[in-house]
Amino acid sequence: MLIPCPWCGDREDVEFKYGGAAQITYPQDPDTIDDATWARYIFFRPNPKGRMAERWVHSAGCRRWFTLIRDTVTHEITPSADPGGQ
Amino acid sequence: MGEPHPHPEHLWRNPEPRRAYDVVIVGAGGHGLATAYYLAKNHGITNVAVLERGWLAGGNMARNTTVIRSNYLWEESAAIYEHSLKLWEGLAAELDYDILFSQRGVLNLIHSLGDMREARRRVYANRLNGIDAEWLSTDEVKAFCPIVNVSPDVRYPVMGATLQRRGGIAKHDYVAWAFARKADEMGVDLIQNCEVTGFDLEGNRVVGVHTNRGLIAAGKVALCAAGHSTVLAEMVGLELPIQSHPLQALVSELLEPVLNCVVMSNAVHVYVSQAHKGELVMGAGIDPYNSYAQRGSPHVIEYQLAAALELFPIFKRVHALRTWAGIVDVAPDASPILGLTPIEHLFINCGWGTGGFKATPGAGWVYAHTIANGQPHALNAAFTLERFSSGALIDEHGAAAVAH
Amino acid sequence: MSRLPGGGRIDRARPVRFTFNGTSYRGFAGDTLASALLANDVRVVGTSLTYARPRGIFSAGIEEPNAVVQIGQEPMLRATQVELVDGLDAIGLSGKGRVSAEPDTGHFDKVYAHCEVLVVGGGRAGLTAALAAGQSGDRVLLVDEQAELGGRLLSAGWDDWLSATISQLGSMPDVRLFTRSTAFGFYDQNLVLIAQRIADGGRLWQVRARQVVLATGAHERPLIFSNNDRPGVMLAGAARTYINRYGVAPGTRAVIFTNNDSTQAVPADLVRAGISVEAVVDVRAGEAIVDTRASSASPSGGGQGGGALHSVVIAPRTGDGPHREVECDLLCVSGGFNPAVHLFSQAQGRLRYDDGLACFVPDGSIPGVDVVGAASGDLGGRGQGAIMPYWVISGNGTDWSTHFVDLERDVTVADVRRATGAGMRSVEHVKRFTTIGTGSDQGKTAGINESAIVATQLGQPVGAVGVTTFRPPYVPVSFALMAGRNQGSLFDPIRTTSIHPWHVARGAVFENVGQWKRPWYYPRHDEDMDAAVLRECHAARENVAVMDASTLGKVEIKGPDALEFLNRMYTNAFDTLKVGFCRYGLMCKADGMVFDDGVVMHLGDDRWLATTTTGGAAAVLDWMEEWLQTEWPELRVHLTSVTDHWADVAVVGPRSREVVRTLFPQLALDPESFPFMAIREGETGGIPVRLHRITFSGELAYELWTPSWYGLALWEAVIAAGEPLGITPYGTQTMHVLRAEKGYIICGQETDGTVTPQDLGMGWIVSKKKAFVGQRSHRRSDTARSDRKQLVGLLPVDGDQLLPEGAQLVLQADRSSGVTMIGHVTSSYRSAALGRSFALAMVRSGRERFGSTIYAPLNGHVVAAVVTEPIFYDKENARRDS
Repeated sequence: MLIPCPWCGDREDVEFKYGGAAQITYPQDPDTIDDATWARYIFFRPNPKGRMAERWVHSAGCRRWFTLIRDTVTHEITPSADPGGQ
Repeated sequence: MGEPHPHPEHLWRNPEPRRAYDVVIVGAGGHGLATAYYLAKNHGITNVAVLERGWLAGGNMARNTTVIRSNYLWEESAAIYEHSLKLWEGLAAELDYDILFSQRGVLNLIHSLGDMREARRRVYANRLNGIDAEWLSTDEVKAFCPIVNVSPDVRYPVMGATLQRRGGIAKHDYVAWAFARKADEMGVDLIQNCEVTGFDLEGNRVVGVHTNRGLIAAGKVALCAAGHSTVLAEMVGLELPIQSHPLQALVSELLEPVLNCVVMSNAVHVYVSQAHKGELVMGAGIDPYNSYAQRGSPHVIEYQLAAALELFPIFKRVHALRTWAGIVDVAPDASPILGLTPIEHLFINCGWGTGGFKATPGAGWVYAHTIANGQPHALNAAFTLERFSSGALIDEHGAAAVAH
Repeated sequence: MSRLPGGGRIDRARPVRFTFNGTSYRGFAGDTLASALLANDVRVVGTSLTYARPRGIFSAGIEEPNAVVQIGQEPMLRATQVELVDGLDAIGLSGKGRVSAEPDTGHFDKVYAHCEVLVVGGGRAGLTAALAAGQSGDRVLLVDEQAELGGRLLSAGWDDWLSATISQLGSMPDVRLFTRSTAFGFYDQNLVLIAQRIADGGRLWQVRARQVVLATGAHERPLIFSNNDRPGVMLAGAARTYINRYGVAPGTRAVIFTNNDSTQAVPADLVRAGISVEAVVDVRAGEAIVDTRASSASPSGGGQGGGALHSVVIAPRTGDGPHREVECDLLCVSGGFNPAVHLFSQAQGRLRYDDGLACFVPDGSIPGVDVVGAASGDLGGRGQGAIMPYWVISGNGTDWSTHFVDLERDVTVADVRRATGAGMRSVEHVKRFTTIGTGSDQGKTAGINESAIVATQLGQPVGAVGVTTFRPPYVPVSFALMAGRNQGSLFDPIRTTSIHPWHVARGAVFENVGQWKRPWYYPRHDEDMDAAVLRECHAARENVAVMDASTLGKVEIKGPDALEFLNRMYTNAFDTLKVGFCRYGLMCKADGMVFDDGVVMHLGDDRWLATTTTGGAAAVLDWMEEWLQTEWPELRVHLTSVTDHWADVAVVGPRSREVVRTLFPQLALDPESFPFMAIREGETGGIPVRLHRITFSGELAYELWTPSWYGLALWEAVIAAGEPLGITPYGTQTMHVLRAEKGYIICGQETDGTVTPQDLGMGWIVSKKKAFVGQRSHRRSDTARSDRKQLVGLLPVDGDQLLPEGAQLVLQADRSSGVTMIGHVTSSYRSAALGRSFALAMVRSGRERFGSTIYAPLNGHVVAAVVTEPIFYDKENARRDS
């Protein structure tokens, strides 16, 4: 795949590491939530068939993390409106 | 073809779906077909439909590299895989089908002191679990599999290996067809081109499935859809800690016999065997990203073949004939989820990642037990969905760091 | 000889000698092995995989199913693709290749390229597309699988147009033309993989193109009838190619069997080559060939016995009515054409069955991809014209066992009928049941016929049955091509420290640690490892020893929020760590399991440096960056890997202070002035050095850091300064023993991703006052259990017995299986200091078992060991702090 790094431009996917689903919020106050809620944060991630907001890091390049939208069926990539988002 | 035709005259009917079944299994892969077979044979439940979106056994069952072994580290894993291996050992006779099961031995090569420590730990654990496991020195590796390059000059020299002699390979398609035929014979309906589009719920209980061929009522519904597990689970609001990744594999053209066992390597990441007809079958690691596309990135194949040539320089001029990818369902601890769900009468079998083929009979056997009895068998009691909340994981990353 | 007196594109001035199955023959430069064999009247080139039937050359291209040869070490090459070179030695194969262990001299390389337009295929459509693209000024790459550009035109008398077009393209500076280059893989976002054949090797091109033009042509397909596999049965287009391009007559008496207009041009070519046309059998005219007969005589030159085509049996298409037999030695068949849609299909393009053309064609378009010429379904160039689909022609009643669908895999119509009869409905099932399409020709002449036969059996339209999925590679590619140069020392980079040459000169035995080469031990004379390690350990404990610790990972952490960042990453807090001091730190993953450890150094107000394990350096930096960038972007912190910037010389032992004093006479080294965990700056002999009083051995020790440039000089200075004391270099094995005696863990050895700090008895390093990554997970029900596996020490009852690392531990001495394993040995050594063996282990409820005996069942015997605290040496840390 050709991954569009927002800082370096299009690069081969071999230059990147994959960071899985984006927009996973760290629990606000981990101490007050129960085990199940915490486990959900640790182990459960979206796994959509279709468009997926996901994180990549340009590990063999600028080392920056960014978010993009990729279709997990077609591998078509569209930039995220907020590439620096989490 | 070749030898006299290995297949029976009749494999399965192609029935229209009925309106209701006692059990509907979603997914006619190896696990789904084996589950149907054991439901019928062990539990007398034959009013069963196996629904398949495409053609039966056309997903990971058609795409795996057919390695069979049971030398897993943790007791829970060892027990279920060993149960499976014991079933494999009687399967051709039981199913009356030559599935080309060949216990030619599985070598796991060791390339570092860290590998060696992990390998010995696994060997000692296997032995105490009653699983055959041997430690081979470098010279013994050479004697067992003469074409492995044991020269000290390679980047990561072979320092030894573990060997499970009872491990081996089988012909994946034939295994699926064998289960399918027997299940069909006992009355199970195998329904292809039938995609589940939703679930029929009454309160917190599942009572049927919606399909592209209409509503099918079901006393119990058993999910068995590997890489598509989360897609199905999402339809009933069930969350699974599963990620779907491409796992690529390839075959060569046919070759005269040259490789007499299964060879796997962790540090020089590849696994290879020579199939019955003569082609080399080879795989490596998963592509890192989520995908349902059944294809991966070419650099994964490039690395895999570089690794293969490190171990087997003799294969330099052999050709890759076909490459492909399956969609593997990976759980955080590289162990399966096999049991109940929070929804009544809905069962789940997923998370086998790269190891599903070897578990085919064992998983089908315990899944059938779980469905029939409404509670897990001792062999799958640890593989709950709840473990991801308690933290009681069964972390097989060490044992499964190399896929298969 | 069947070589024609003139014509063709071969170079008759350059004769070439070659051997086939041990017999010498002659051909010409420009021949393929196949054309040269035909020129030498070699009709039978091999026997079939399963039924051992004689087979001859069937095609003139990559679709060849029969003429498959071994050349040297390379198995399964198509004779139709092998260019004839002097000395070529080929052996015909029966569908299976061989590998040999002889050294291989071939060279394989990789090339990465970008262009605006990549044209795949150098026939008329491809050349035309390249010309148009070239004129627009785009960077154009055109690749073609053959030795010459032109494709079909090379056999069709287009020489003038070809040479003019190629010369025009050659004058365009941004147009590059590659022959012998087969595009075989189409990957996401227009990445095309191309195999380029060069003398004794190849190049793998990976081309990213803005636009890919697929001008991949079409493959002629055969018609199926009884005994359709005899040598002499050949695709009609191939016969023309042998005549027109290679100047070879592939027979003497020919019959043409067709269902389309493309064969209209064949008779003229045959006659020009002196081949008589005995009959033209056209299914559209109501006739068909229903069987063939074989010659009993040995075909000349073949040396393979009889079996070549002798005659054909012609009958009304319906099968009823009079049959007639016509003698011939060449049967030119054409069942129409299949557009070569393989790459289009790999590019995720959809296909549809075109009833008028009787083939699968691209359905719709894909962004960034154009399909032109025959590949697009424009079969005008092939002259297919009106076609009558005619998939199976029945022969001898109901026996279908000699109607071959896949010649390479020896699969017949009977096999397909068995599959559908058994209940199979999917063409993918039929493929797997029969093996159609799984040969090294990848079913290029078989696949569509298979679909059509299945459709016929099931009474469905061909389009509804579909075709099996096209997957890369389009042609077989060698492992060596894909691997390229990534072999041996280039398989994975080798990392060495700046001191490495000294270790090599000193005869160190090396260990691979990740990509690093680290000295494992330094044998003296004929010492084995045990002896060397006991000696090295003794030196470190009793005298002074030195180790190259440069491979430790190092991350510099800078910025106003660096302290806050460290507090969040590590389980322990650094608030009280003053500038100029270090502190051990431990980090966990979010699941609460120990991930890595190291020493955190406070270098200046906003400047810190953290060491990591050697193998974990990259992962730790990635982990830190991930949290910093994605969770805590508000923190003003920068991370830099400085692993390779520093050499680290660890001077260890009770007399280490004397060595350091010799090198740094100006520094106050007494324990009050330079206490444990303090940092000092110094200089020796012009070498700038940062000194740290940290220890991984439990001894008084100094880690001397210098920029890598000075590493070797500093090491040699330390060796010189220590020489009067007998300073001893030591390797990783001694390091392991020393640290284990002190109960210091190694992440990845004591831990395996399932171990918490509390399990290690390191609750003291887990802060309760601040939040850190993984903290919440320590409270989960399973991680909070008291009966988890815990780190303990083990002393074998017999101090001469060494427990193997990895040994499993049980409570009973008398059983070797069926028992509950309560843990395993993580580290085990012989100790010079203790005068006995000892081990570390992870044991369930281990801390409750101190003083009890547990057992390690080994191969046939059991080793008993007493559970102890996981510290064996200098519990009071008197030596460390001395």
